[in-house]
Amino acid sequence: MVEISPDAIIIWKLGQINLNATIIFTWVVMALLVLISWLATRKLAVEPPLSSEQNLLETIVAYMRSQIHEITQQDPDRYLLFSGTLFLFISVSNVLAIVPGFYPPTASLSTTAALAICVFFAVPIYGIAEHGTSAYIKRYMQPTVFMLPFHIIGEVSRTLALAVRLFGNIMSGTMIVAVLISVVPLFLPVLMQVLGLLIGLIQAYIFAVLATVYIASATSKQQGKEQSDQHKRGI
Amino acid sequence: MDGIIDIGVASIYVAGLTIAIGSIGPAIGEAWALSRALGAIAQQPDEANTIIRTLFVGMAMVESTAIYCFVISIILIFANPFWSYVVAQTGG
Repeated sequence: MVEISPDAIIIWKLGQINLNATIIFTWVVMALLVLISWLATRKLAVEPPLSSEQNLLETIVAYMRSQIHEITQQDPDRYLLFSGTLFLFISVSNVLAIVPGFYPPTASLSTTAALAICVFFAVPIYGIAEHGTSAYIKRYMQPTVFMLPFHIIGEVSRTLALAVRLFGNIMSGTMIVAVLISVVPLFLPVLMQVLGLLIGLIQAYIFAVLATVYIASATSKQQGKEQSDQHKRGI
Repeated sequence: MDGIIDIGVASIYVAGLTIAIGSIGPAIGEAWALSRALGAIAQQPDEANTIIRTLFVGMAMVESTAIYCFVISIILIFANPFWSYVVAQTGG
């Protein structure tokens, strides 16, 4: 029987509380990220003999900052914590999928829905922090009040799309390997797992980029309008 | 018994049709996006990074409709609620 979700695999049970594979492996990924970061940041150096771990983390953070800056054309540090965390968690859990016995937590709709709901709430939080409550809510009624339900439908449907996209891609990767092992057990599953690594990283990148784009569109549109107003006045 | 067979047959047929019909549109759309992006890179090789990044993001958006179809057909095959109902009725 092929499991379509690691939610169904119960590892430890105490009364009403079930610890399924999704929760356990989410903790594994979190512990791994914290452990690597702790090991790398124990001996931080400013002068050139940098430890290789510090070099690695600095490269990752610097590249994420440059990517966020290219996408949003704003100060990247505001988005770095949220989007960078999303990217690191999703990419590590996707890449670890090649470890035997590891079920990627992103292959469960619960995990991806939780991440997408985080994005759903981060959008108004960033927007209100930027523009204030009334100005932000007013933007849902542009150009008329009748657009309000469509804006809300758009917010909900893109959250759903974010969750189902990541879930579908990762779940299909693990499932194709499971099906192929029963058909062609020797070489083809390895190739599909290599493809799965690529898809996992691309999906992590896309999730983080889309989260950044959604948040940036909530914070920056007003700026664009002001700029165009200034442009008009300048003419 | 006929109703049970109908449910099984309908689930399998619809699962196949879902992924078959549902993958046509995204396939055409992705191919179109890729060919346009290749043309753009050929014209402006300096902007290749931006074009490829936007291409990946756009392709993921286009692909999500195909992923919805895939999820639906997987649900129909492996986690069919109607089939679970039938199994519960006959087994219990």
